[in-house]
Amino acid sequence: MSQSHQRRLPVWALRANGGVVLLFLYAPIILLVIFSFSASRIPGQWGGFTTEWYTTLFDDSRLQRTISVSVRVALVSTLIATVLGTMAALALERFTFRGRRVFDALLYLPIIIPDVTMAVMMLMFFSQSFNVVDAVFGLGLSKGFGTIVVSHVAFNIAFVSVVVRARIAGMNATLEQAASDLYASRWQAFRYVTLPLIAPGVFGGALLALTLSLDDVVVTQFVAGPGSTTLPVYVFSLIRKGVTPTINSVSVIMLVASLILVAGSVALQRANASRGRQQLQTSGGTS
Amino acid sequence: MKLGAAELKREREERRRGFFLALPSFAYMLLFFVLPLVIVLIYSFATRTSTGSTALSDWNLDAYRKLGEPIVRNVVVRSVVLALVTTVICLVVAYPFAWFCAHQRPTVRNVLLIAVMIPFWTNFLVRNYAWRILLSKGGPISTFTEAIGLGEVDILFTKTAVVIGLVYAYLPFMILPLYASIDRLDQRLIEAGRDLYGSGPQTFRRIILPLTMPGVIAGSILVFVPSMGAYVTPELLGGGKETMLGSYIVTQFLTARNWPVGASLSFVLMAVMLISTVIYFRSGGRNL
Repeated sequence: MSQSHQRRLPVWALRANGGVVLLFLYAPIILLVIFSFSASRIPGQWGGFTTEWYTTLFDDSRLQRTISVSVRVALVSTLIATVLGTMAALALERFTFRGRRVFDALLYLPIIIPDVTMAVMMLMFFSQSFNVVDAVFGLGLSKGFGTIVVSHVAFNIAFVSVVVRARIAGMNATLEQAASDLYASRWQAFRYVTLPLIAPGVFGGALLALTLSLDDVVVTQFVAGPGSTTLPVYVFSLIRKGVTPTINSVSVIMLVASLILVAGSVALQRANASRGRQQLQTSGGTS
Repeated sequence: MKLGAAELKREREERRRGFFLALPSFAYMLLFFVLPLVIVLIYSFATRTSTGSTALSDWNLDAYRKLGEPIVRNVVVRSVVLALVTTVICLVVAYPFAWFCAHQRPTVRNVLLIAVMIPFWTNFLVRNYAWRILLSKGGPISTFTEAIGLGEVDILFTKTAVVIGLVYAYLPFMILPLYASIDRLDQRLIEAGRDLYGSGPQTFRRIILPLTMPGVIAGSILVFVPSMGAYVTPELLGGGKETMLGSYIVTQFLTARNWPVGASLSFVLMAVMLISTVIYFRSGGRNL
């Protein structure tokens, strides 16, 4: 590898910058974890080691309720968004149909639209449609679990389809053609050839959807009902009232949850890369 | 002739399959994304009544005219300035970092890129909250600067704190596209520049920078647009004092109950986003 271009660039400066960037990215997270074990009642000040704030956590019934809402919302919305997003990805990558280009462009919008705009859209939509539903059917609908799930699916379909499409685009269509040449039915070809091949993309998309759903504050804050709030919205309202040591420990738990998801996605990417190679070899061997 | 007809029939069949495969998600997006978008557009031309409800009659541009009023203009100007400062800081920090990454051994490079990605995947609220703790009065940073004799640092609830939070939140968005374009850079062009006696800065300005421009533009848009619409960061680190466009819109809905103004500002924010995206694709960028 040619190093000549680096001759005039101060390598020590690049190294120092790299160190500062990594420090900047990780110091806050690490310090937050450390201070969650501080006995001081003022968050951010050290008062000796304690696990008190983790035990008080389990006494807070409101907190437990919001955690349960968060998890249920994330699982249900991820499931729906993954199915719909994968279907959209397959349709866009493997078929041509009327309205394809419009659909293609439409699926990029939720990704680039600002959170706040999305939140405003969903709030207005629900308040309008609930009025209509009430007038026509006499049903008094209210915001809550359902509206949160519908909103999360609305932005997650796009993210899932992008991830799955990337996987399909890098995949060889000849394998599916080979399956149909061997008289596999449409469904068989999908079930035994396409689905296993796109599975890493589908899981990757689902993990992203899960993360985004568990992360969301702004949209959820607008569409949550008084009885059902998710954990991030609840924690956000707590922080605004004033920071307490309990928020530190809740934050660390949220942090650990998201780190587990990252670990999952990194592991998936690796499996993805090696399995892709393996599959290519085995399929090359059988044909 | 007969074969042509069969072919045609098969193609029509394929099109139908594709359409029905796309139908559920397409219908979902039309109902729960496009329709809401249209409703926001309609509301932005409506009038707020004295009771705080919105009258869907008497259409006008009042909500958009409000953009010219000093209060709203201040919020817009502050948002643009803070988002620009954030973008420039990210660019200056991320460029050398991306360069550094691109010139490492593959294993080191992968570790560095994953290290950049991890904060991006961790909870956004928690990352902002961490800075609230770090910057608090008598908090870790203040204690540290006092210990080394620099005195107390009291910047929580200021513009500086908001910018730190925004840089922290969106730095990975700048590093990744920059890395992608630097990695694609043809080393021979740089060597050619050197052979023609170009100095270091000259080579950078005339060869490296133009070639990595798609990355610079992509990264800048990815940082600028969400910074403009930021809500959580200015709330937590600006303490509600340093209102930005995102937080102002939220206030219009949840506190001030002025839906037309909130709707028109949301639309303006989306327009900024759409224009930036068009600029990006025009400048030769591909999928993000």
